[in-house]
Amino acid sequence: MTEKLKQILIFIAAGFKKLVLRFKKRKPMKEIMMIYYMEGKSARVAGKKVAWITSGGPVEPLIAMDVIPIYPENHGAMIGASKMGVALCEKAEEMGYSRDLCSYARADIACAVVNGGPIGGLPRPDMLVCCNNICGTVLKWYEVQARRFNVPLFIFDTPFCHTEYSEEAKKYVRSQIDEYMVFLEKACGRKFDSGRMENIWRWSIEGQKLWQAVLDTAASRPAPISAFDAFYHLALIVSLRGRRDVLDYYSDLLARMKDRVTRGIGAVPGEKYRLLWDNLPIWYRVRWLSQRFASHGACLVADTYTSAWCGSLKYVDLSRPFFDSMAEAYTRIYLNVGIDEMARTVIEMIDKYGVDGFVMHSNRSCKPYSLGQYDIQRIVERERGIPCLMLEADMVDERNFSESQVATRIDAFMEIIKQNKK
Amino acid sequence: MRTAGIDIGSITAKAAVMEDGMILGSRIIFTGYNTDLAGRKVFEELIKELGIETASIGKIVSTGYGRSSVKFARKTATEIICHAAGALLLDSRVKTVIDIGGQDSKAISVDGTGKVKNFVMNDKCAAGTGRFLEVMARALGSDLDEFGSLSLKADRPSRISSLCTVFAESEVISLISKGETRENIIAGIHESIAARVSAMAARIGIVSPVMLTGGVARNIGVVKALEAKLGIPLIVSQYAQVMGAIGAAVIASRAV
Repeated sequence: MTEKLKQILIFIAAGFKKLVLRFKKRKPMKEIMMIYYMEGKSARVAGKKVAWITSGGPVEPLIAMDVIPIYPENHGAMIGASKMGVALCEKAEEMGYSRDLCSYARADIACAVVNGGPIGGLPRPDMLVCCNNICGTVLKWYEVQARRFNVPLFIFDTPFCHTEYSEEAKKYVRSQIDEYMVFLEKACGRKFDSGRMENIWRWSIEGQKLWQAVLDTAASRPAPISAFDAFYHLALIVSLRGRRDVLDYYSDLLARMKDRVTRGIGAVPGEKYRLLWDNLPIWYRVRWLSQRFASHGACLVADTYTSAWCGSLKYVDLSRPFFDSMAEAYTRIYLNVGIDEMARTVIEMIDKYGVDGFVMHSNRSCKPYSLGQYDIQRIVERERGIPCLMLEADMVDERNFSESQVATRIDAFMEIIKQNKK
Repeated sequence: MRTAGIDIGSITAKAAVMEDGMILGSRIIFTGYNTDLAGRKVFEELIKELGIETASIGKIVSTGYGRSSVKFARKTATEIICHAAGALLLDSRVKTVIDIGGQDSKAISVDGTGKVKNFVMNDKCAAGTGRFLEVMARALGSDLDEFGSLSLKADRPSRISSLCTVFAESEVISLISKGETRENIIAGIHESIAARVSAMAARIGIVSPVMLTGGVARNIGVVKALEAKLGIPLIVSQYAQVMGAIGAAVIASRAV
């Protein structure tokens, strides 16, 4: 079958699925995501362009330009969750990439070559948008892909905010938004529609507020939703923020969680202990970890990861020109600020959710997230006196996970918490 | 009340029986590949040795990596809580416990009331543990039991810099070929273990008195090297290797 014909078939199937979904009262995440990827894969048939973008990148302008944004990191999570990470990482290592490199990067680079993974590779990009607010690895990763696909790459450079968002940083980031518009106009061959962009920005903020409200329900006892559930529901706020249907999904989820709160239904039956999670999920072990903690009556009620997609709301002021808010919100995300501010965020979460212990995943892949964890641990122990647990693993590369070692650490950590609560 | 603790470690399985706060006896065997069998065997052998009836044991708690395979135990507890409980039974003043076992090393801090405050364990790498020493003993054609006394005769301990067991072994082989004395090499190995363990323990803050537990505590060379590195004396009990099992028996006596 020719590639063209395959795309036409995917396009028709996506259209049909969309129609069916329209009549469903509750729209399941899996179907929304499936249609999204099918539309990406058949974008050329629909005359649309595809942009690959980093998870913390400013996506709203892409949506305003009718470009389908695709997230290699979300794909990395899917690869990890479907336990396909090791084979792809090994493939990247065969290609010459170091085992010390981020496993999302390795899996994505290998996937682009073998078209493997759970969805047979990502839709081919027409352009790449790389924002370094999450890490420095993405720069090289996107350069590799720009060469491979021979497509233009836009780098959105967000200076690190050690203590503040300086005037210089403000001007510098804001000027890049104008460059970003020029890049998009050139790549799409048409003018940027600021009016449309403003609506999309509002929907994006609305979506982030709803997501925050969903996460906030976990402050109730018992928590109706756990961090492990949030890892799942997160996909839409990452991939589709700025789209209107995201609002429906999270409004529905919020209503369900509020209902659970009213009826006293917890994510972990018989919740006794409440924990906070730090860093990316260990995607191939989410269920195992969730069960291990639940066996001790412990619920991971919140995490620093899923809240990163609504953590910058405090910098958004809808009365300000939206590009100014956008520049600041994307620069001051959790991973682009100093350790003291990260520790403050963690402590705020400990207080807000009434947490008994802090679980940190020291993620071999994610250096910016894992660097400073020992300092944050010390600050948390000093300020709140709750026990902290460090689990060494990796988000996608299972070769960095040792079950019996992790199990012993969790059990011992829970023994300390139980003893403290007596 | 009489209670028992079973500790299934990566190299050895240990059992201890206690009665009203007194240790009646303990036993150590190799774990082998069948942890379930090792648990039953070490327990039965100890019962026989003590000349008591199985039925006279009120409660049994298991610990160690193979803790869940001990089906006849009433409950399981981790090595962390057990080593702390065992150490405190033998010396109630202890504030820090450093345990060096077959495949892991850990540092545990306890508060004045006997509660575990915090712990830290080695991760991803077995250098600086009992298995590391076994590999080195094999490379040196020496017996692990004479490692301690040999190292005390060293005049200039070698420098073993690699953190990886396999690479450290190659370093040892290269030192042998250079004609370095066995005593100096062994002392160097002990110093590398001491450096690794003390750096790990520093993360939770070392507070005196410190007790050293686990099989490696039997090695006087490691004890001396670690004391030198930490700059404080270590308490080493004759029961160091069975501390986990003793602690499990202590926890069994508290269990409802």
